[in-house]
Amino acid sequence: MKVLAIDSSNQPLSVALLDDQKILFTTTMTAHRKHARYLLPIIQDMFKKSSLTPQDLDRVVVADGPGSFTGLRIAVTTAKTLAFTLHIDLVGVSSLLDLALNVQNEGALVNPIFDARNQNLFTGLYQIKNGIPQSIIPDQHVSIDDWTEKLSKYKNQFLYVVGNADHFKSNLKHVFSDHLIVSKGINNLPQAANLGLFGENKTPVSDVNKFVPNYLRLTKAEFDWKQQHPKAANKDDQSYVNEYTAKI
Amino acid sequence: MKQNLIMSFESSCDETSVAIIKNGNKILSNVVATQIKSHQRFGGVVPEVASRHHIEEITFCIRDAMKQANVTYDDLDAVAVTYGPGLVGALLIGVTAAKTVAWAHHLPLIPVNHLAGHIYAARFIKPIVFPALALVVSGGHTELVWMPKEGEFKIMGETRDDAAGEAYDKIGRVLGINYPAGPDVDKMAAKGHDTFHFPRAMDNDDNYDFSFSGLKSAFINTVHHAHQVHKKLNHDDLATSFQDAVIDVLVDKTMRALKKHPVKQLILAGGVAANHGLRSRLEKQVDQLSGTELIKAPLKLCGDNAAMIGAAGYIFYKEGIKADASLNADPGLEFDWLPNEAK
Ligand SMILES: [Zn+2]
Repeated sequence: MKVLAIDSSNQPLSVALLDDQKILFTTTMTAHRKHARYLLPIIQDMFKKSSLTPQDLDRVVVADGPGSFTGLRIAVTTAKTLAFTLHIDLVGVSSLLDLALNVQNEGALVNPIFDARNQNLFTGLYQIKNGIPQSIIPDQHVSIDDWTEKLSKYKNQFLYVVGNADHFKSNLKHVFSDHLIVSKGINNLPQAANLGLFGENKTPVSDVNKFVPNYLRLTKAEFDWKQQHPKAANKDDQSYVNEYTAKI
Repeated sequence: MKQNLIMSFESSCDETSVAIIKNGNKILSNVVATQIKSHQRFGGVVPEVASRHHIEEITFCIRDAMKQANVTYDDLDAVAVTYGPGLVGALLIGVTAAKTVAWAHHLPLIPVNHLAGHIYAARFIKPIVFPALALVVSGGHTELVWMPKEGEFKIMGETRDDAAGEAYDKIGRVLGINYPAGPDVDKMAAKGHDTFHFPRAMDNDDNYDFSFSGLKSAFINTVHHAHQVHKKLNHDDLATSFQDAVIDVLVDKTMRALKKHPVKQLILAGGVAANHGLRSRLEKQVDQLSGTELIKAPLKLCGDNAAMIGAAGYIFYKEGIKADASLNADPGLEFDWLPNEAK
């Protein structure tokens, strides 16, 4: 099975091409934020150097959120359009889980973190079972105070922190003291190769057309509107869009 | 036999659209997913919400456009896409999807300026004959574009502040009309009289630029002042007074440009080109000029749509203009200006 894996949910851009669990090509860069400009050329280059064509592809695996709204949309639009247009499988994986894949110690509690600014973070708690991160506390957008509160009952265990945790280290240290293990270097960057290996065994999405990023945060306009219109708050987003055909 | 089929994408603002265009002038399909209802909740387009809707709709639009046109990827010759100007996050969805389809099916990718698209909506009426002049009026743009020959676009003048359509939306809000206010104001204007005599900004200036923010402020001040003294103003008259001021400036400047630079065709395009007041006034004025024909973009293609992008894309395709996989959205994309000495 030939798999393309993409993670551009934050500043790092990570892309990998795999064949039956064999990593053919992998790249991760943090040199720029122009994911829109560099993602497809990287993919193109991988296929060329692997002597593959898009038609050889069987599956696309994408980190689908949370993360930077723009970064997520670039990866998800690319993955979704590719899966749709080639009629192949599409697998979405939490971008926090993708980061948790960097820790492989069996039984470890892993806390992937994306800084969401203003003392907020996108995060979740995972535990490695049979080599795979299992969600213990769901991915969420949360303040650091609320998050440390939620983590406090695990304070006697070791906590492996991965990702963009610089701002929150002291808060976590306060709870876990010597049990806090903060990852360094490459372990803080998503690795699309891990994502591809993991995604090869996951169930693909049932309707590619309906696939969207997991933003885990409403836009301010929508949040305010939903506060003012509680009755309409649960309406499906797509019900606000009308499709028509314009011909002359 | 191949017949120059282009799949085109448009997502610069609040419409996701995919079309299949044959030979640059025949619409096989033109699917538009409009988000107006969503943004009406907020009284105007919220860029982040627009981007989210585009990603929800994009493959549905591709699927339906191909189904309606009854084509496969093997039938296609190229993919065209709007890469600017517009909302960066919105443009990105169309650009990313178009690049991906082009790469997956080994098709050339044609970058299209959104305004060139609006102008080429006229191509579905008849061939464009050069030199031509285009008046592009929409929620985001008010421009006079000089076209000496096929594929060449030079700005002669543009708005220095609000776009005409934007001014409609802003005064519409004051009258309690939700975005987009143009169609309702147009209807009301047909019933009223110009009793307020709002300013015609820059009308007598020796250039082809526009300004609508002074008109908008005069309008809003008039309404607020009346409100303070508990006076009720006739909304139809307000609408007529506003619309007449807008049309006077648009038409005066356009006619002046036509006299200085006689052209074979004047093209009226953009969302505000659907305005009946503007259409009929330009018709009357251009009628008096010999040698210039007025081509109005078809009503159904005045708003944003991918068919017009396919029509413009065909021109660039024939000229061999291509983008590679690094194509990015360019929210501030502009045509070159016509040099001052040439104006
Ligand atoms: Zn437009």
